Amino acid sequence: MAKSTLSLKQNNRVLQVIVYIVSIFLCFLSLIPFYIMFINATRSTEDIQAHAIALLPSIYAQRNWNVLTTKDFSVPVGFKNSLIISVGSTVLAIYFSTLTAYAISAYEWKLKRPFFKFIVGIMMIPGQITMVGFYQMIYKIHMVNQLWVLIVPSIAVPMTVFFMKQYMDASLSLEIVESARIDGAREFYTFNKIILPIMKPAIATQAIFSFVASWNNLFIPLVLLTDKTNYTLPIMTKLLNGDIYRVEHGTIYLALSLTAIPLIVIYLVLSKYIVEGVAMGSVKG
Amino acid sequence: MGKRKTISYARYGYIFSIPFVITFLIFSLYPIFYTLVVGFTDLQGIAKTDFHFLKNPFQNFQFVLTSDTFKTSLANTAGMWICNFIPQLGMALLLTAWYTDRRMRIRGKGAFKVIVYLPNIITAATIAILFKSLFGYPMGPVNDFLNRIGKDSVYFLNNKMSTRAIVVFIQFWMWYGYTMVTLISAVIGIDPGIFEAAELDGANRWQQFWRITIPCIRPIMLFVLVTSMIGGLNMFDIPMLLNAGGPDSATMTVSLWIYNLAFTGKHQYNRAAAASMLVFTIILILSLILFYILRDKDEAKALKARKREAKERKMQEKLYGKAGF
Repeated sequence: MAKSTLSLKQNNRVLQVIVYIVSIFLCFLSLIPFYIMFINATRSTEDIQAHAIALLPSIYAQRNWNVLTTKDFSVPVGFKNSLIISVGSTVLAIYFSTLTAYAISAYEWKLKRPFFKFIVGIMMIPGQITMVGFYQMIYKIHMVNQLWVLIVPSIAVPMTVFFMKQYMDASLSLEIVESARIDGAREFYTFNKIILPIMKPAIATQAIFSFVASWNNLFIPLVLLTDKTNYTLPIMTKLLNGDIYRVEHGTIYLALSLTAIPLIVIYLVLSKYIVEGVAMGSVKG
Repeated sequence: MGKRKTISYARYGYIFSIPFVITFLIFSLYPIFYTLVVGFTDLQGIAKTDFHFLKNPFQNFQFVLTSDTFKTSLANTAGMWICNFIPQLGMALLLTAWYTDRRMRIRGKGAFKVIVYLPNIITAATIAILFKSLFGYPMGPVNDFLNRIGKDSVYFLNNKMSTRAIVVFIQFWMWYGYTMVTLISAVIGIDPGIFEAAELDGANRWQQFWRITIPCIRPIMLFVLVTSMIGGLNMFDIPMLLNAGGPDSATMTVSLWIYNLAFTGKHQYNRAAAASMLVFTIILILSLILFYILRDKDEAKALKARKREAKERKMQEKLYGKAGF
């Protein structure tokens, strides 16, 4: 008896060592491309052509930056446009998705169930599929190259409505709404002043996901924003594939680093909420 | 005064849904129909918006279905998705089994989750060009490594299979962390009493995993499968920026093909629209599956019960007449 428990313990020990080795390897795998990216951003093209892997940074970041800014890649412009679109669509997506979810969750109306079913049904339709029609529509009303065209559609994001509704069903008690009514509060006031604050945890995680999704989007901005002054960061990264950067390896790594840094900073600050948010998003099943 | 309680708030349900519905109609539904219509027309050419219906309305659809590049891109999309999803799910399941093991204490789980999920939030466009640089020829970091261990440089992005493999690896690398986090949360949600009972009955680790964990998380695995499938069907950023769908259309995906048709060269909106509608049909079928998975089971049951009650009441009314009710 004692012998068998001992071997079981040894067994556990071996497995534990394997788990640690695999985990460390996977961490290494996740980080190494970014490590090389940051290191090479500070190295000269000649150095990179001699040896593309280096452990320590060099001193050419400034030079690479100068090369970058003399060509089409304008970091401030890309950053500004990406920020306007991402913040705008996140605010709209969060506010109106919560409002729509509240309509479904808090009120009894005839079409409520069909409406929710409809939202679940259209949840996965990607924007890419309707792009020809969308582009034609926008072109006809002469709104190509307008940033708002990428922001306003965020009022209707079925995915966010779905998650907000799930969260509300689980954690919003209608008694609060009732007592607000008795105090004479109007419905719209109740939503803005009472419901929104209660929804803060769900809003925080959904806001991060909306922001990141919008920040990373390439397809739709690529089609709708053709003017250089409207380029977002992902469109700018596409420029790095052009011939003018063919021999500027250090500059390419620097540009890539600059597009990744804001996301990495956000991630490091909010990683707890993000990982929890992924878990929360799939609770239903 | 007693009427106060009977105030109906139902209209607010409608009012609060209006912004969503209007935006959806303008920016989603209308473009879907527009795309569908364009699929039956001769709309081609940059900056063109006026069109005529074709004599043979299905000409564009026929073009797409008989196009070799469309078939290739469909096969590539499916192949690359499968090759990334199977190892992705396998790895995620293995890590889930390890990290939720009740008899084994693993330290640093939180940090591990944070690190392997990191690639998922970085812009796909950035990642694609980063990997293009990493696999650069003759001197990218990967080739530098090969040279240092005494091997010759390999022109990875000039070879069909290795380029596909790189796309598959990027997809795997970006998404297995997400799948793992999702599955771990599903396992944590299982009633621990089930595992305790199984342990008392002498079930070993292997049996517990296959007989309890897997059946319990099956719906969430299905959720991951369907969402990943739809995401895979829209694979665009990485093949486009890694090697523009090449070499020789080896990494051409459906989305990239549609984009090239409509927004480059001859701007063949009509054919791109027809192709979009075909993909839309596939996605619709997948969405129906997802819809079935996510349907509100409790609500469906409650609705059924309510209907049965109403039916019974009607029967009673018939039997005893309406008097007295």
